[in-house]
Amino acid sequence: MAFQLTVNGRSSTVDVPADMPLLWVIRDVLKLKGTKYGCGIGACGACTVHLNGKAVRSCQTPVSAATKGPITTLEGLSPNGTHPVQVAWLEIDVPQCGYCQAGQMMSAAALLAKTPKPTDQDINAAMNGNLCRCGTYIRIRQAIHKASEIATTSNLKKPSEVAVGQSGAQQ
Amino acid sequence: MVVNRRSFLRVTALAGGGVMLGLAIKPKASAQFGPGAPAVPNNFIRIDPDGTVTIMAKDPEVGQGVKTMLPMLIAEELDADWKTVKIEQTDFDDTKYAMQFAGGSLATPFNWDPMRRVGAAGRQLLISAAAQTWKVPEAECSTSAGRVHHAGSNRSVGYGEIASKAAAMPAPDLQKVKLKDPKDYKIIGKSQRGYDVPKIVTGQPVFAIDFTLPNMLFAVYQKCPVFGGKVVSANLDEIKSMPGIRDAFVVEGKMKDGTVAENDPGLEPGIAIVADSWWQAQTARKKLQVKWDEGHGASQSSVGFAQKALEISKQPPAKTLRKDGDPDGALASAAKVVEGAYAYPFISHAPLEPQNCTAHWQGDKIEIWSNSQIPGGGRTLVAKTLGIPEKSVTVHMQRGGGGFGRRLTNDYMVESAWISKTMNAPVKLLWSREDDFAHDYYRPGGFQFLKAGVDGSGKIVAWQNHFVSWGDGDKPAPSSTMGATEFPARYIPNYALHNTNQPLWLKTGALRAPGSNVYAFVIQSFIDELAHAAGKDPVQFRLDLLSNTPLPAPAPPPGGGGFGGPAFSAERTRGVVQLVAEKSGWGKRSLASGRSLGVAFHFSHMGYFAEVAEVSVNAEKKVKVHKVWVAADIGSQIINPGFAENLCHGAVIDGLSEMMGQEITLEGGAVMQHNFDKHPMVRIAQAPEVEVHWLKTDNPPTGLGEPALPPIIPAVCNAIFTATGQRIREIPLSKSGYGWA
Repeated sequence: MAFQLTVNGRSSTVDVPADMPLLWVIRDVLKLKGTKYGCGIGACGACTVHLNGKAVRSCQTPVSAATKGPITTLEGLSPNGTHPVQVAWLEIDVPQCGYCQAGQMMSAAALLAKTPKPTDQDINAAMNGNLCRCGTYIRIRQAIHKASEIATTSNLKKPSEVAVGQSGAQQ
Repeated sequence: MVVNRRSFLRVTALAGGGVMLGLAIKPKASAQFGPGAPAVPNNFIRIDPDGTVTIMAKDPEVGQGVKTMLPMLIAEELDADWKTVKIEQTDFDDTKYAMQFAGGSLATPFNWDPMRRVGAAGRQLLISAAAQTWKVPEAECSTSAGRVHHAGSNRSVGYGEIASKAAAMPAPDLQKVKLKDPKDYKIIGKSQRGYDVPKIVTGQPVFAIDFTLPNMLFAVYQKCPVFGGKVVSANLDEIKSMPGIRDAFVVEGKMKDGTVAENDPGLEPGIAIVADSWWQAQTARKKLQVKWDEGHGASQSSVGFAQKALEISKQPPAKTLRKDGDPDGALASAAKVVEGAYAYPFISHAPLEPQNCTAHWQGDKIEIWSNSQIPGGGRTLVAKTLGIPEKSVTVHMQRGGGGFGRRLTNDYMVESAWISKTMNAPVKLLWSREDDFAHDYYRPGGFQFLKAGVDGSGKIVAWQNHFVSWGDGDKPAPSSTMGATEFPARYIPNYALHNTNQPLWLKTGALRAPGSNVYAFVIQSFIDELAHAAGKDPVQFRLDLLSNTPLPAPAPPPGGGGFGGPAFSAERTRGVVQLVAEKSGWGKRSLASGRSLGVAFHFSHMGYFAEVAEVSVNAEKKVKVHKVWVAADIGSQIINPGFAENLCHGAVIDGLSEMMGQEITLEGGAVMQHNFDKHPMVRIAQAPEVEVHWLKTDNPPTGLGEPALPPIIPAVCNAIFTATGQRIREIPLSKSGYGWA
């Protein structure tokens, strides 16, 4: 079946079964690999994306339920990696293996959009569905507070000031 | 890797300018190559004419930070400009690199010396080239941030500009090259961000699961729920008729049979379903109906294992791994005797990136793209299974979304290779999460029956342990042994470690801090029991025990497991115990109502860790770990302090997950837990505050990914005892009705 999706501001038509999870459409049809498969049952949060601005588990969202509004993945969070959550994640150097972090960042971005100055309790509630196997929760918490600070003060850094000097090399 | 008389700096001029520097090792004269054997080069540094310094990262990166940490060692001594250094992940290539694996927290101890020497020799070479160009003495030249300077004439030159000239200079002697005084470090000892982090936070495809090839097919592989079971029949025709399915076929497997599942026993039997997309393969799999011959594992159950262990504990042990003095006699005359039966379960590694591998069979050779922690082992296994020479197998190394020891075996690599060969096409095999839980190399569970006595002064006079583990007689299941020097061996005059194994037909393997992750729980909890029996403060009791004159350390037993090791230093252990007591305010502050402290220490992987947990438990057995203090002695230098602290946080949180809820059980030989909902991890709300303190001592730096974990479990369990009077002798705690607050 054909479905019309708007992902990261780009409209695409995909011809897939109606029950195909949005996760696999994003990864294998649209070839956006930032969104991750972790459990397939909505228990780990690695596949979190925004649908209509809300954090949803794309492994539990059939493509047929994703046509009614814009979808944002980590690749579309900002045009150049300068969303406050991305800047904060870089500054705090959150990741260890990094595999869960796309989902963590999408949940964090959805939280901050609704609650610009979250308390620790707000963070616990919003991030409860995102597992980190490496246990980087302490830094995730720090980074969310940092992102809040970046977004809500005049401190907003210009892209050139963000130390991304080593991003160019190929793996 | 050790720099010795056979090591030298290998300098290679690059076509088009620039220089490649590496550590090379002249092999010992060998029967194969004779006395003039070719040297094995390790090409680590490339300096291009434009000044770009590229450092090769040779080891697998699975989140332990090695891709950033090893290049830091080279860049520091090379005096490169870290901000512009590029890091390239190498392929697996044993003609170029040595020991490309991730395990045992060994990257730091193996590489600390040679990597710095390579960097320092490179710097010396560049100084020589500049000094010769300027016709000034080398001693008048200095370096910083990728340039050589001559202060006297106010000249400076970029490394790139003299790289070609450097390539023609005589190579400095690696053994004699001068290393920096640590106080002059500009890169080592400063927190450097993970090299791949900018890519990770923008969602770039850096993981093995993200890798694609043109015309690549996707596969799932269905194995028998009971390890080693074979396919009798299956509805393959129905599967093949489903949308997008290219093929579905039975794989008979090429697996070593036997009474113990060895590490990487080979290709396990199963059914491959290959499709245009992974979702199609996975959807088709749900319709699969298979008749299995489950084989000899089908009668096993966790309940049966526990019953058998209890029976074994009442009988004389099969063997004695160590005996000092007269434990029975000392127990008979002890003032107090304490007995404790401890148990811990099988658990799964469950790295968040499910097992996957891409393979491309082309004629008579195969290319592999994998996040293996031990790609060389994978190459051997693939070559043997496909019946091709090892040189026909190329393994490209890719970032892994967690390892924890799971990727020290290459089952998923050999499966993908077999499927690609059968299909004669590029194939990505991706396991579902359910596959991963059902077919892990589990951390072995176990049972330990302890008995110890203290004398009238509160000193431990006897300790005996009947360790009931797994195996067939003298053939143990992987990662299920305990070394005869595991603490408190040598520190108690009358000591016995007995062992009996029961049969097991299940894959077992190394999980982060193998052995130690449970032995610390048992040993440090039982020491706590003895401290309370003796009426002593748990910290002081441990310090007293560590002050006993040890019995002589024997040579390590051949192949003996365990990381207690004869290298154990009681002095370094006392150091971290004292530091953690001081930092946590042990015995020095009043705690909030309902809170208690617990302490534990452990030595493994050459690292000394002591941890204190501040805990509260309510009447409904809901546990809150408020704060954890970590004191660590891993030598004189913390190479990347920010990341090191992150790893310690993670080790504590990982340990809490293992302690509270993780358990793999078997019924009818099959694993009963299939996803994270039944094998839970700590979530953000449960993560405690963690304070890390380094005790820097005059010892070579060692690793910390593993040794930071073991003490947390007993530290929390000991705090729970202080809070409730209930001694925890079995994990996970959820089995005894505990949960997170």
